[in-house]
Amino acid sequence: MDLTIFNAVIAVVIAIAFAAANAAYLVLAERRGAGRIQRRPGPNVNLFGLLQPPADGIKLMTKQLMIPGGADKALFMVAPVLAMAPAIMSFVTIPFSNTIVAHSMNVGVLMIFAFASFGGMAILLAGWGSRNKYGVMAAVRAVSQNISYEVPMLITVITIVMMTGTMNLHEIASLQSGGFWNWNIFPVSMSDGFMLQPLMPISFLIFFICSLAETNRAPFDLGEAESELVAGFHTEYGSMGFGLFFMGEYANIVIGASLITILFLGGWGCPFGLYPGVWWFLLKIYLLIFSFIWIRWTFPRTTIYGLLNLSWKILIPISLFNLLLTAGLLKVF
Amino acid sequence: MGAYFSEIFLGLKSLAIGLGITFKEFFKPVVTVPYPFETIKMSERYRGHIELIEDEDGKPKCVACGMCQRACPSGCISLASKSVAYEVEVKGEMKTKKKKVLTKYDLNFTTCSLCGQCVESCGFGAVTFSKEYNLASFNKEDFHFDLLKRLEERNS
Repeated sequence: MDLTIFNAVIAVVIAIAFAAANAAYLVLAERRGAGRIQRRPGPNVNLFGLLQPPADGIKLMTKQLMIPGGADKALFMVAPVLAMAPAIMSFVTIPFSNTIVAHSMNVGVLMIFAFASFGGMAILLAGWGSRNKYGVMAAVRAVSQNISYEVPMLITVITIVMMTGTMNLHEIASLQSGGFWNWNIFPVSMSDGFMLQPLMPISFLIFFICSLAETNRAPFDLGEAESELVAGFHTEYGSMGFGLFFMGEYANIVIGASLITILFLGGWGCPFGLYPGVWWFLLKIYLLIFSFIWIRWTFPRTTIYGLLNLSWKILIPISLFNLLLTAGLLKVF
Repeated sequence: MGAYFSEIFLGLKSLAIGLGITFKEFFKPVVTVPYPFETIKMSERYRGHIELIEDEDGKPKCVACGMCQRACPSGCISLASKSVAYEVEVKGEMKTKKKKVLTKYDLNFTTCSLCGQCVESCGFGAVTFSKEYNLASFNKEDFHFDLLKRLEERNS
């Protein structure tokens, strides 16, 4: 497909619409999931609470946008945009099915991780720019967290890239087609000749934990630890500035779930070769998002030391060992 | 080295147990109700403000003896009565008798401490606790209850 301006605009509009709709309704899903886990119904007035997200959106949009005195105005305004924009841009290269992809790039994985690291930047600017002690503390925490969890995440991605030999997300997903035994989560791979990598489930687990930490989700939500830091980096944000942070968080969750699906769960491939199509992809990402919500409402928040220990003492050594093992096995098979 | 791996394994195991518990709770029925649209039935021993009990004719059982008024430590009950003459047949002949009839029974709920002394002291079983709890208001006057009027409204 030629990349014309028309195609690009359509792709961007669809990406924004998908991200915004997901952000709005994942908030509802989150609140209802939290409610069910705590044995209460959650927001259920007016069509099972389906009118709650538009009401929340209108409420946020009608509020005054306040800039605190002494804040760095430019950074304060730029931060929420920087939280939302990379999340939307990442949708461009994510293949939803064999045909539904805005622009299939040869460096898709690299691009998504480059944009993902903007998230830490947005939090840093928000905390710093709002001139609030809680904001700065949250920013410091969130940045140290993002940096330490990007390392095991990228090492795990390198093992996948070594095995598949491509950074194109579309090709990575295509290589896992033809039955669930070809998915990267399982130790045996038949797609590109016989290949046995016994630690694949563990690298899936590492990647899953890292994507929870990268999206600043509980139990790793130290950037907005309400009980200690008021609201963390977005303490001073109201109105749609806060709304953009919120939407950015949920868009990042969708991207994290899509990446896990593509890298480990076979993308749009279906378990038994039945009815291939975009619905398998959507089913997988929403199951993953459900597990994100489930985890959030099960575990208490970790401490910052526990968080960094987990990354540097457990995830990074294991993922490095996994990388070496994969390199050795690629020579053997 | 063994301790390192066993710690990871035990940690993951305990996390999985926690996830299992919340997953089971997820599918259990909810225990709360959407409050303003539905309310739960209060338990048998719930103590709301007091309420008069009616007899078979729909009149209050109260004989206006004033025991509850005297028993109340906060002095929040005030009642009034009048004498009414009535005829009754005793051993074949009609006699005129007098009895007290309740004309006013006010409860000042702002000072009531819900101790229940009035209910305890009533010798005729004419006072009980209501199950009312939606009592928020901005006006002090809303907490001066005319229990006689409430009884009439309940009957009508």
